Amino acid sequence: MCLSIPSKVVKIDKENNMATVDTMGVQRDASLVLMGEEDVKIGDYVLLHIGFIMNKIDEEDALLSLETYRQIIEAMDEEERQRAVLDESECQNRGA
Amino acid sequence: MELELKNLYDDFRNANTIKAYAKIIREDALKLPHPINIMEVCGGHTHTIMKYGILQLLPENIKFVHGPGCPVCIMPKERIDHAYVLAMQRDVILVTLGDMIKVPGSNGSLQDARSRGADVRFVYSPLDCLKIAHENPQKKVIFFAIGFETTTPMTAALLDTVAKQNKVNGEAREGALGYIKNIFFHINHVTVPEAMAALISDKECNIDAFLGPAHVSVISGSKIYEEFPQDFNKPVVVSGFEPVDVMQSISMLVKQFAEGRCALEVEYKRAVTRDGNLKAQALIEKYFEKAQNFRWRGLGDIPQSGLKLRAEFDGYNAEVIYKNILPHEPIDDHKLCICGDILKGKANPPECKIFGTACKPTSPIGSCMVSSEGACAAYYKYGNLL
Ligand code: SF4
Repeated sequence: MCLSIPSKVVKIDKENNMATVDTMGVQRDASLVLMGEEDVKIGDYVLLHIGFIMNKIDEEDALLSLETYRQIIEAMDEEERQRAVLDESECQNRGA
Repeated sequence: MELELKNLYDDFRNANTIKAYAKIIREDALKLPHPINIMEVCGGHTHTIMKYGILQLLPENIKFVHGPGCPVCIMPKERIDHAYVLAMQRDVILVTLGDMIKVPGSNGSLQDARSRGADVRFVYSPLDCLKIAHENPQKKVIFFAIGFETTTPMTAALLDTVAKQNKVNGEAREGALGYIKNIFFHINHVTVPEAMAALISDKECNIDAFLGPAHVSVISGSKIYEEFPQDFNKPVVVSGFEPVDVMQSISMLVKQFAEGRCALEVEYKRAVTRDGNLKAQALIEKYFEKAQNFRWRGLGDIPQSGLKLRAEFDGYNAEVIYKNILPHEPIDDHKLCICGDILKGKANPPECKIFGTACKPTSPIGSCMVSSEGACAAYYKYGNLL
């Protein structure tokens, strides 16, 4: 139950200290009272939990993680390719 | 590359990334000096681990101990009875979050209370209480507040709204426009580090390292875990809830053991800082203080692990106002239930004699079966994968 959901801010209602966020196609209102005054802007990614925005998601950091994942997958693929090549040559040796 | 919302979902569930981490973990696990038991404290992690079959991807020498789970699972029966008794008062509307629906107390669950005529409402957000109170001026709206650190600031924010509005409108002028006189609170907020400390201080407990729940640290910061590597020699990685987050965190822990390190690290850097959300913390501090004790279902009394309203807010405190009708005797779980041992890593759910027979998600007997995030419930749902 403590899970919060990544969402994107689409509207801000300063007067009521509320925002409208999009969670993969579902739009919801969320309170901004846990955030500092100028903290949240339209287009920001945030974590939504039971009707409140509890924090921003650091875009740069998320991208950094994605880049790391891309690299480790590449490394794994490369190793698998090499192993395949090795297996192949082994087979040929055996055949010879 | 521009970040898109779907990256935050899909890329952290990517099967190839999970596979790549499984491989890294298997390689590093060859260097482990001894097998390790990792506890995931939070039911959200248990759910991810079971749902994505993460246990099957890990080598023999890495095991999981499923932790206390969720704020619903650890709620002792006597406090559920409080909710039940309050709900049965004729002039009360009891409001709580949906997770509480089925949890059985000694008279039944809140769902049962409702079928016996009580006005119980399950809401998405504590803020929904404002509307309910406004529409039902003759009724007393009692918010039965549950949750770890993640959810506490939202209760504080509701109380803050009510208290501020009443101040502006003058407490002396009850009935004045905007004066909210019919919202009260029953507080059951609990804190994670105290429970972790209690678990590892048990000599028989079998835990070498922790996955810390990221969303708790979004509010409280990663600093709440600093004592574990420092004073208890147990490493902690603060981990997000997507399967890639969990795999990366396991990998970080295994690397620590392989390299002979013991540290606090944060995997979920995208929303966790050392200090957390200070505004939320200030709000908690303003309205709450540590309760001497909270009795965790399955674990027993843990000092300082719960919160209560500060005495100056007694006027909002349903536990104080209804003191005379609330039961106070602790109620133990069924004798056959071994939740306590499961939570300490001494047993696994299928070892319980009544697992899946007398005790099922539809008729839970112990705490680990009551919510989908409990260890027994997760094994019941996804256990056929094992
Ligand atoms: S199966 Fe039920 S009774 Fe057995 S340990 Fe789990 S919750 Fe307790």
